[in-house]
Amino acid sequence: MPINDRVTEVEGIEPTEFQKFGLSKKKLLQMLETLVRIRRFEDKVEELHIVRGLLIGAAHLYLGEEAIATGVVSDLEPEDVILSSHRGHGHAIAKGIPTDLIMAELFGKATGVCKGLGGSMHVGIYMKKGGLYASAIVGSQIPIAVGAGLALKYKKQDNIVVCFFGDGAVNTGAFHEALNMASVLKAPVVFVCENNQYAISMKASRSVGARSIAERAAFAYDMPTFVADGNNVLAVYKATLKAVENAREKKEPAFIECRTYRMKGHSVHDMLKYRSPEEAEAWKKRDPIIMFRSKLLSAGIATKNEIMAIEKEIDGEIERAVDFAMKSPTLPFEELEKYVYAGGGKT
Amino acid sequence: MRELTYAEALREALREEMLKDPAVFLIGEDIGLYGGINKVTFGLLEEFGPERVIDTPISETAIAGVGIGAALMGLRPVAEIMYVDFLPLCSEQILNHMAKAYFMSGGQLRLPLTIRTQYSLGRAYGPQHSQFIPSWFMNIPGILLALPSTPYDAKGLLKSAIRAEDPTVFIECRDLYFKIKGPVPEEEYTIPFGKADIKRVGTDVTVIAISRIVHEALAAANELEKKKISVEVVDPRTLNPLDKKTIIDSVKKTGHAVVASDDTKTGGVCAEILSVINEKGFSHLDAPIKRVAAPDMPVPSSRELEKLYVPNKDDIIKAITDIL
Repeated sequence: MPINDRVTEVEGIEPTEFQKFGLSKKKLLQMLETLVRIRRFEDKVEELHIVRGLLIGAAHLYLGEEAIATGVVSDLEPEDVILSSHRGHGHAIAKGIPTDLIMAELFGKATGVCKGLGGSMHVGIYMKKGGLYASAIVGSQIPIAVGAGLALKYKKQDNIVVCFFGDGAVNTGAFHEALNMASVLKAPVVFVCENNQYAISMKASRSVGARSIAERAAFAYDMPTFVADGNNVLAVYKATLKAVENAREKKEPAFIECRTYRMKGHSVHDMLKYRSPEEAEAWKKRDPIIMFRSKLLSAGIATKNEIMAIEKEIDGEIERAVDFAMKSPTLPFEELEKYVYAGGGKT
Repeated sequence: MRELTYAEALREALREEMLKDPAVFLIGEDIGLYGGINKVTFGLLEEFGPERVIDTPISETAIAGVGIGAALMGLRPVAEIMYVDFLPLCSEQILNHMAKAYFMSGGQLRLPLTIRTQYSLGRAYGPQHSQFIPSWFMNIPGILLALPSTPYDAKGLLKSAIRAEDPTVFIECRDLYFKIKGPVPEEEYTIPFGKADIKRVGTDVTVIAISRIVHEALAAANELEKKKISVEVVDPRTLNPLDKKTIIDSVKKTGHAVVASDDTKTGGVCAEILSVINEKGFSHLDAPIKRVAAPDMPVPSSRELEKLYVPNKDDIIKAITDIL
């Protein structure tokens, strides 16, 4: 049901419609694989931080939000580019950036996606896979995404830009300036708001002075806007199809609000005293991976054995990633100077 | 040789680079229909069209961000921020993204973006339209910083900035746009960053000056010549990279140094250049180094008071005679 003519609530996809939406068994299992890969990667990162003490620094886990990156990226061409946020491990994995390179980046190693110079909040930067940028400053990637979109349009390429950010970002000045700019200059960008309901401890319901984030985008910046259940990978996929079509065909921006829940704290050491265990429990029942797995099983798309084989393979991949990261060298300090100026400080 | 104004020289640089490379485009407030508030981009909309000369809303963060995003995708944007005073509105983009993308991506990302802006000291525009804060950007590794003082330098440096593989903050000076005319060759040339220019050769004292105050230093040198004092004026032209060698070589020759800049004294450009001389040329100094800078207060709006505020030729003469 459309809330109004600008905001469309997008439902999931039933098995009878899988074919219509281009969802082959292969594609659906790829989605499951990505979901599981993100989940197992993030579980491992949490363990490496809290249990084993092998990682320090920031780690903003994507647990509970896996369906968003997975659903969105499933609609993209490999040459489409994404911009990511501080909570970006999931975006990077969904875009196909190898988990061993991401893990090595978390360990600060020279073999990491950014040679260990970026760290956890920049693992989405890997141009070989269309990872254009990742900002550790909330909201700041949004204007950069508009510039990337305008560049693609200027170069008359059919590719588009997807920009991920959280509910906290929609209250930054950068968000407002960027959405307005995208609207007036017609940038082919799909803005994906991952509304996990919390900006550290600040609840979106207490911080967004609009009826909803979707309505803010639709009414203030006049762009086609879609709302999807962020825990339903197929709803996200369906919403993204429409938004991507708008960006690719009309060369104009579109907006998606995915409503989800951050299963864990803001970062790995968050005590979560600002929200109730009951709330978290209720959302746990809507675990995006369990829901999707049940759907595949009940629709007869995959068997338990097939799913277990995928999970086992990924567990092995993550173990190998940790091993690779731990055995990798760190960049020699003397080499850092080389990475300050591309032209060596000269022109 | 033909003479151009500082503004004309800048416009010629933009136009030539746009003709040469389709990746170059301009973005900013009132740069198209209006022609730029200082007419630097005058006529370029008509010549290159709205796809390459983009008028924007008043959104400095988005202007810088769009420049960064387009540069990451292989274009060479030239973004205009109307006044230096408005740079803080987009300084988050400059500090965290423009200056760090290359480093924090492990060398994957290139950012050939030029941000042009200008300071408007000396025009009775008041505390929020007259500031000069180059040291803010000198303190950020990862960006180039250019401040031309003549039409020749303006054109050559802007062309280099646009072609550079690194991002540049390019600070022009409103007072120079139309007042200063100078020789600019018709044939193609560029000026490398990190290469100071000795604007006047002398033997008794070195004045290191940037942007507008170079002209005050030259006027001071002319006047002191009558008193048989020979002043060498060194214009670094770019503060990042800074041509330390030319500065030190000059100080070795003269044994005396005065550093002059229009920014406020504390923590300013002069302090950094003074430190460089102290570290690398102390043993060659015959006297302490003097600074000529603006007083540590906001710029007053009153025409009369601003005149007293702006560092000038007489301040430079006094500093020189104090140490000789």
